[in-house]
Amino acid sequence: MKDFKLPNTNRRSFLKASGQLLISFHLFPLAFCSPKEAEELNTLYEGIPERAHQGKDIIDSWIRLDADGHVTVLTGKQELGQGIRTALMQIAAEELDVPFEICHIINGDTGQTANEGYTAGSNSVEGSGSAIRQAAAEARLYLLKEAAKEWGVSIDQLEVKDGVILGPEGKKISYWEILDGKFLEGNITGEAKIKSPEKHQIIGKTFQRAEILDMVQGKAHFVHDLRFPDMLHARVVHPPSYGSKLKSLDTDLISGMAGIEKVIVDGSFVAVVAKREYQAIKAWQKIKEICQWEKSEIKVMSDALFADMERNSNSPQEVEKHPNIKSVIDKATRSHQSIYRKPYHMHGSTGPGCAVAKWENQNLTVWSPTQGVYPLQNTLADLLGLEKEYIRCIGMPGSGCYGHNSADDVSAEAALIAKQLPGKHIRLQWMRGNEHQWEPYGSAMQIALEAGIDQEGKITAWKTQIWSDTHSTRPNGRAGHYISARHLENAFEFQKGGFSGGSYRNASPLYTIPDRKLLLHNYEGPLRTSALRGLGAYGNIFALESFIDELAVLAEIDPFEFRIKNLDNPRAIEVIKTLKSKCNWENRDQSGRVGYGLAFAQYKNSASYYAVLAEVHKSPKEGKFRLHKLTGVIDSGQCINPDGLKNQTEGGMIQSASWTIMEAVQYDANGVTSKDWNSYPIMRTNDVPEVEVHIINRPEEKPLGAGEAAQGPVAAAIVNALSSLLEKRVYELPLKEYFEV
Amino acid sequence: MKTISFQLNGKNQEIQVDPEEPLLYILRDEFELSGAKFGCGLQQCSACMVLVDDQAVPTCLSPCETFQGKNIETIEGLKQGNKLHPVQEAFVEEQAAQCGYCLNGMLISAVSLLRSNNNPSEEEIKEALNSIICRCGTHSRFIKAVKKVSSSNI
Ligand code: FES
Ligand code: FES
Repeated sequence: MKDFKLPNTNRRSFLKASGQLLISFHLFPLAFCSPKEAEELNTLYEGIPERAHQGKDIIDSWIRLDADGHVTVLTGKQELGQGIRTALMQIAAEELDVPFEICHIINGDTGQTANEGYTAGSNSVEGSGSAIRQAAAEARLYLLKEAAKEWGVSIDQLEVKDGVILGPEGKKISYWEILDGKFLEGNITGEAKIKSPEKHQIIGKTFQRAEILDMVQGKAHFVHDLRFPDMLHARVVHPPSYGSKLKSLDTDLISGMAGIEKVIVDGSFVAVVAKREYQAIKAWQKIKEICQWEKSEIKVMSDALFADMERNSNSPQEVEKHPNIKSVIDKATRSHQSIYRKPYHMHGSTGPGCAVAKWENQNLTVWSPTQGVYPLQNTLADLLGLEKEYIRCIGMPGSGCYGHNSADDVSAEAALIAKQLPGKHIRLQWMRGNEHQWEPYGSAMQIALEAGIDQEGKITAWKTQIWSDTHSTRPNGRAGHYISARHLENAFEFQKGGFSGGSYRNASPLYTIPDRKLLLHNYEGPLRTSALRGLGAYGNIFALESFIDELAVLAEIDPFEFRIKNLDNPRAIEVIKTLKSKCNWENRDQSGRVGYGLAFAQYKNSASYYAVLAEVHKSPKEGKFRLHKLTGVIDSGQCINPDGLKNQTEGGMIQSASWTIMEAVQYDANGVTSKDWNSYPIMRTNDVPEVEVHIINRPEEKPLGAGEAAQGPVAAAIVNALSSLLEKRVYELPLKEYFEV
Repeated sequence: MKTISFQLNGKNQEIQVDPEEPLLYILRDEFELSGAKFGCGLQQCSACMVLVDDQAVPTCLSPCETFQGKNIETIEGLKQGNKLHPVQEAFVEEQAAQCGYCLNGMLISAVSLLRSNNNPSEEEIKEALNSIICRCGTHSRFIKAVKKVSSSNI
């Protein structure tokens, strides 16, 4: 093994916790691959010596060239199906002047990578990407300097091709020859210049995501697929509703079942561990049958939800102040007001949450699909009363999560269970009902808008009022945010926070409106809520862009023209204009059988620009409609991987169409009744629209987050299309009654 | 405990199991095949599909004894030597995956469809993939990928 420095942190505990010195780039330790796979991997790439992160300003924290002929990129961000691995490797390859094919990547792992918080808010390429870009540029400069020193020439005389430095008189040396097995020691000083975009060979080109090749062959890829020798399988039984308490459980009836290793009852936290997965499931079923609960009822029913919001919210937070917006609106040539509502939505990951944990000699290792390994480490420390140096969290791909879903809860529960069975790998997977009923939902929201327009159709004043529960209860260091931590005998208290920010995301119009006021009414609603793709932006853009359409009708101006007229942001205008020409707006079907709806937003008013046109057709069935097509145009600044950007945007469009047309979490006094795919149906292939995405690439601009750009605009576009066909405005989601689904 | 035998990816297999145990767990835990996934355990999402005598069937509920004597193919068995199955190839070419958790169900259903109908219409493709839950919204790419292989030799 190559000689490497021990970090200052508690290196020993990491080693013990991980139980191994090397983790290959492949997510699965070689020991658990089939011999043939292991052989293939070995000849290709052996991985890099594992080493704890030593600070963000060291090149080596982001880029390593210590495996012969390979480059390893380290990022604190997680792959969530958004293609971040490929995009970040492209950035590194570009800046280093090496072929993309020799790059590998390690995602969030508290034992190795930088702390980059959560992979959220569409900021991975902006954040991690720019760190990796700078580190790669510095690495290249460092290596050039070494070569220049050796040859006694100036670095201006050097060029790099495919990782080989070319000097005068035919001199050449590869990066790896220079390093000769040593670490790349150098700091990120800011001295290295970033390659100018017109020289880009790799950025801006489509690269295939390597993991897709594995996935089509059914190779182990997900945290769900981890297998360790003598690994045990666990299941948890959650209470029937929030706040219900365990009255009794005859554990003898369970522990006698085949294969059962342990039944855990701690307060109202109930789990079972078995040798085989199916044995755990059988025991889980049995526990559900025989468990007695002291039930706690949900008080506010869905038909009274919005009235309750208005009655029981805190006094509003003035996000944008105005001394007298009412009088400005009243003075306008025309004024209008509307109220929009959206229900609770579910993340509804295809695969229920899963994590593997192992407790050994006071050290804990968790393989987790979390969006943030460091926040997970912090929060587990709080939960277990353990110094965080003794906890290692290794990020693994999960089923797509779209925000704060079950990933952190299931990791914490796996840890709680592992603590009771030291020395064993514990694999916990949630059942479908656990996932549907216990994940934190995207909050229901009510948005009231009021505006005035002048004679020319310019918006003069705008007032927004939002009622919403929190969109952020991520367990950032506070164990009470884990659902099961609240169920323990020594329960952790949950202090709801995270109000505001996420709730008014995108509520402030990007349109040029001189007078505006924005009020936020924070509400504590009946269901558990947290971050769902886009947070408040979904509801706010649905309302805002529906309302813009209403104003356009009022002003008797074409919806494209009306938006352009009220914008002065050139990139926003270009996205809208491009959409208009791509969808051949002038020649649209005006027979009355087709409805068109436009919507636009710049996500967070700071990330990607996105405009979309929805095409809704009348169905032969009286009063029913079909979503035929969605056409989108996106400007994410410098585009790293065009196909990756398209893929993610298409996915967001279909997902948002599903939320908008079909979805609302159902519950009654006894708990959440949306417990599976029959009681919470989502869109399937028969109902998905055709989707088309066009990219406006701006290589000279910085890359902007794109993953959440489509969520809000798609909702408004569908509603606008439907409303134009119905000749009446629809204000409340979902749109199920109108659609043939 | 009971002895169950079937063909799995071309090989005869015999196992001693609880005859009630659904095939999914046997594939994953006994044979260490990771392709078929647990999604719901309720036959609602098709994450757990395999081919049984060319038909795509879910494996998360039916007791394994109902597979006695059957010819089972999993996603791992589709590749011929070093050559990907044309549907696998098309999925890669179309980059038809986001998180990829649903991929098993999509692929298995597509192969089953194309074995019985090598030139399906768009409606037939959609119908054949309709039972599979894909929360990432990758549907349009799956449809495209299947179209691409239609009429080529499956
Ligand atoms: S896991 Fe079998 S259908 Fe969902
Ligand atoms: S790609 Fe994620 S569920 Fe289909």
